[in-house]
Amino acid sequence: MKAPPAYADIPGTTIFDAEMARKGYHLNQFCMSLMKAENRQAFLADQRAYLDAWPMTEAQKQAVLARDYNGMIALGGNIYFLAKIFATDGKSFQYAAALMTGMSQEDYLRMMIGGGRSPEGNLYKGEAKGG
Amino acid sequence: MARLSAGIATSHIPAIGAALDNGRSQEPYWQPVFAGYEFSKRWMQQEKPDVIFLVYNDHATTFSLDCIPTFAIGCADRFQPADEGWGARPVPVVEGHAELAGHITQSVIMDDFDLTIVNKLDVDHGLTVPLSLMFGQPSAWPCRVIPFAVNVVQYPPPSGARCFALGRAIRKAIDSFDADLNVQIWGTGGMSHQLQGPRAGLINKQFDHAFMEQLIHDPVTLSRKPHIDYIRNAGSEGIELVMWLIMRGALDPEVEDVHRFYHVPASNTAVGHLILKNRSS
Repeated sequence: MKAPPAYADIPGTTIFDAEMARKGYHLNQFCMSLMKAENRQAFLADQRAYLDAWPMTEAQKQAVLARDYNGMIALGGNIYFLAKIFATDGKSFQYAAALMTGMSQEDYLRMMIGGGRSPEGNLYKGEAKGG
Repeated sequence: MARLSAGIATSHIPAIGAALDNGRSQEPYWQPVFAGYEFSKRWMQQEKPDVIFLVYNDHATTFSLDCIPTFAIGCADRFQPADEGWGARPVPVVEGHAELAGHITQSVIMDDFDLTIVNKLDVDHGLTVPLSLMFGQPSAWPCRVIPFAVNVVQYPPPSGARCFALGRAIRKAIDSFDADLNVQIWGTGGMSHQLQGPRAGLINKQFDHAFMEQLIHDPVTLSRKPHIDYIRNAGSEGIELVMWLIMRGALDPEVEDVHRFYHVPASNTAVGHLILKNRSS
């Protein structure tokens, strides 16, 4: 076994490295297909049937259907690819980011206007959260 | 001979393009962002570059997981604004400079930088948002652009030291091009931001200000910053900042700090912008 990478102790963060890219290859390539308008229509018309045309795992398909972005990331999705899904839904990057943090859209927007998420308490797993 | 007159750094957030394209640039949320580029737009009108060597990253637009080049240079005559999933931005077609791009490609490959040559390249917000910020909304871009795409999607992106050294090789190539051209180099992306996971929204102002300061005055030391420092302190997408080091590597060791701007937020991100002028030009 390899030693865990240096970035394994960053909280709330998944680095899209070779291992994740291997895991998420078909999930991400499905996302890429949504770059075409006719594919976006076909996906929205019957999501399950569209997903079944891709050799993705059942867990990946369920995460897509549930729009569980943290789940998709854990299964190898990369945010720039997953962006094609929320763009197909007519949602913004800020919408998706708020969703992944578990905050309401309003609270997330307020946090960003207030200067963003503080690095204090957010750089190492297990460190005490700052105020 | 061609001369490299200046370097520009700027963030390239897609929501900035959307705000401009949808006529929302004067809204209270966006007004401070665009205000930071008012000086820059006037300055560009005086400088009138012939060619911009524009370092950016593709966001799973032209390059899917089928092919991920670490460094890719656009050598075509023109590049179409990409449909990123919500229709192409209503911005002019980007005119390339195939002759200079070909010259730079040959020169830097012979200097040991193994570029990928791309002739079909639709350019996404990473390239067009900086053009919009610096030129506004013209009916045609006022100069040629050589797109230079860096992989920052699949980890690891090239190291800061590699980016800085590549910048130096690009400078050597520009200096040896036999045509009277005013060339600028732009480094885009950043500053601190994280777009994914429970830590999304991370902004590190202290990191960003220190990065800008060191980029201007001590870029050699900055170029040795390891990737873990970027992703831990500036967010998983903050690592885009290595692209600014390509720009800085192409400039003189001593530069004039013409303009500096920093603002939080634009969507999920801190906006950073620098204009650095070569004293020798």
